[in-house]
Amino acid sequence: MATAAEVPAEQAVHKHTISVLLENKFGALNRVAGMFSAKGYNLESITVGPTEDATVSRMTLVTKGDDAIIEQIIKQLNKLIDTLKVVDLTYESYMERELALIKVGTTPENRSEIMQIAEIFQGKIIDISHKTMTVEATGSGQKVDAIIKMLKPFHIKEIARTGRVALKREFVGEA
Amino acid sequence: MTQQTPSSPQRPMTGAEIFVRSLIAEHVDVVFGYPGGAVIGIYDALHDISDIKHILTRHEQGAVHAAEGYAKASGKCGVALVTSGPGATNTVTGIADAYMDSIPIVVFTGQVALKLIGNDAFQEADIVGITRPITKHNYLVRDVNELAATIKEAFYVATTGRPGPVLVDLPKDVMATKTIFSYPKTVKMRSYIPHAEGNQKQLDKAVALIAKAKRPVLYVGGGTILSNAAEELTAFARKTNIPVTTTLHGLGAFPETDELSMGMLGMHGTWYSNTAVNYCDLLIAVGARFDDRVTGKTDAFAPEAKKIHIDIDPSNISKNVKVDVPIVGDVKKVLQQLLPQVTALDTKDWRQTIRNWKEEHPLRYRNGKFIRMQHVISAVSEATKGNAVMVSDVGQHQMWMAQFFRYVHPRTHLTSGGLGTMGFSLPAAMGAAFARKDMPVISISGDGGFQMNLQELATIREHNVPVKIIILNNGYLGMVRQWQELFWRKRYSHVEMFGPDYVKLAEAYGIPGFRATTTDQVEDVVKQMLATDGPVLVEFKTVKEDNVYPMIPAGQTYHEIIDIPNDSSAPVNGEQESDLELVTIAKG
Ligand SMILES: Cc1ncc(C[n+]2csc(CCOP(=O)(O)OP(=O)(O)O)c2C)c(N)n1
Ligand SMILES: [Mg+2]
Repeated sequence: MATAAEVPAEQAVHKHTISVLLENKFGALNRVAGMFSAKGYNLESITVGPTEDATVSRMTLVTKGDDAIIEQIIKQLNKLIDTLKVVDLTYESYMERELALIKVGTTPENRSEIMQIAEIFQGKIIDISHKTMTVEATGSGQKVDAIIKMLKPFHIKEIARTGRVALKREFVGEA
Repeated sequence: MTQQTPSSPQRPMTGAEIFVRSLIAEHVDVVFGYPGGAVIGIYDALHDISDIKHILTRHEQGAVHAAEGYAKASGKCGVALVTSGPGATNTVTGIADAYMDSIPIVVFTGQVALKLIGNDAFQEADIVGITRPITKHNYLVRDVNELAATIKEAFYVATTGRPGPVLVDLPKDVMATKTIFSYPKTVKMRSYIPHAEGNQKQLDKAVALIAKAKRPVLYVGGGTILSNAAEELTAFARKTNIPVTTTLHGLGAFPETDELSMGMLGMHGTWYSNTAVNYCDLLIAVGARFDDRVTGKTDAFAPEAKKIHIDIDPSNISKNVKVDVPIVGDVKKVLQQLLPQVTALDTKDWRQTIRNWKEEHPLRYRNGKFIRMQHVISAVSEATKGNAVMVSDVGQHQMWMAQFFRYVHPRTHLTSGGLGTMGFSLPAAMGAAFARKDMPVISISGDGGFQMNLQELATIREHNVPVKIIILNNGYLGMVRQWQELFWRKRYSHVEMFGPDYVKLAEAYGIPGFRATTTDQVEDVVKQMLATDGPVLVEFKTVKEDNVYPMIPAGQTYHEIIDIPNDSSAPVNGEQESDLELVTIAKG
């Protein structure tokens, strides 16, 4: 087996965040998701929602592959008739956010500790019952992973994650 | 043109009427179809329209293959119309076939009423969902006010860029709703803008590579024919003196009577075309996609060559084989751009080398008392001088039809290449015959494939479609048997098959039929077939076991090429090796 060091750079598998603008038409999500499964591409997360223009939706995809696969993914996305624009944000400076709701089982003793963890991650407690608390966490995928890791010891009952949304950052030039 | 509907265009019309008017506006002259409950309103609107000929096939698969044959033979868009549910699902194979081979067709399917969609209503099938991965695009029309624009868009998407099948699903209630008809003059789609011209920087790089080449080869695919660029390609090859090999779908893009022609390449390509590709220093792929049946093992394909790739579909570039100079664009446009920039190359030595290879390793078969498929194909080629639209099915006969017919015109070789659909030939030839009156249309099937869509004999008879139907009957699923012989220790598992008396079958359908059983009858029977007006069916009873050579086994390299063995492995019915005559043919 080849070790990581022996793999040529273009064959190394990387995670990519791809932003797709599509005509806001019936079945658009199906077309994209169907293309990924038909071609056997990895699809880690996919989010879709409206944009500032009601006729256009934005889809944010997180996928994995070597350079050749990512090139094909972008071409195949462009090939879909409803696609307006495809940007691989990986090579841009971009902002990304994910949202997670984490329902944790609580005891009277550990409540404050959970609240402290939420606070450190700038999370919010959005629901509370005798035996549970639900934390809302927003941030990069890594940050969401981290808060989940910190909450693990407290018996996580349920998690809902949105998948990633992302936008390119604007360049701030010299004034 | 539309005298039979004299009413004012301002009168509100039903969706069904709008549908018919839209097809007339698209200059559709023939629709292959099959009615049913969900499209009964559309059929009512078609009833007294004489601008559009409706051909009732005997199976919806036949309708789609007929539309494909019509499209491939004419360059126009083929049209099929079927009902919902089973009518729609019966089109799936044909649609997948058209998708793989980039054939422009529009398939209209009936659908249950909008409010019933999702209810498991009678004859409901989610055909838009089913065909999403096998159409270039598809539509469900939800509002009669969008119907005309959707039809316009469907034809536009099917026929532009890399062509392909488009499906339009028509709910029954939408088609019964009335609105004012107006057919859009143009299509504006901000998300779909096929680009035709090649990038000048890339063209410059290509021109520089071409100028330096000593052993160049043009590798020409079906995209050249789809873009109607055979003339430009021929001019390009002749101006630069570059030898030409074509893929299965490229056959006809360059005349195989020309000295520069090397016939087909790939798994069952000529020995010399594969050899030339192996040793060439420049490979110019023109409207071809480096399919695995062409390349074998990809990293050993044309190993010494710089590669230029002209293709309209960016996703074809560097998909299977990395190329040095990709040029995205329409083949016709790109060749027109390149032509004035290239000059004659001195390829005398290279062409002499290829000529020697042709002499050393021509296409060969052993003929004897009993009929060889290669002989029948050669006889048809001789008798027609290449002036015939040849439509093959899938199997050994398909490869021999590619090898032994000498193609000289584009759109004269029709076959199911990408999907390899048995049962394609008969309905596709029927469709082609509606498009082409200038040449005979000849359908060639094996006994296996013929039995998959033979119901279309009735359609052919009913409309007296002048298809010359050849059945090459070896009593076997011959291509599978060949693989079992070569790679599965001759364990012939479920490949021998019974067939009917084909001459009697033809008679039962009211089609004249004859049969040839020995080699000495072949030429006469071919002549008799061509001299028969209207449809005619001929069965050639051929030797049971014969193999297609040369062959590069799947996924292997040029070096594993198997040429015809030195002695016949299977003398037939008491034929002795000494009775056999080695026949050789070289293209170009
Ligand atoms: C619909 C379909 N089913 C199965 C196959 C697999 N297949 C490829 S070639 C072949 C044999 C075809 O036999 P026949 O039509 O008699 O032609 P021959 O090879 O004998 O010339 C088969 C079964 C196919 N291509 N298409
Ligand atoms: Mg057979």
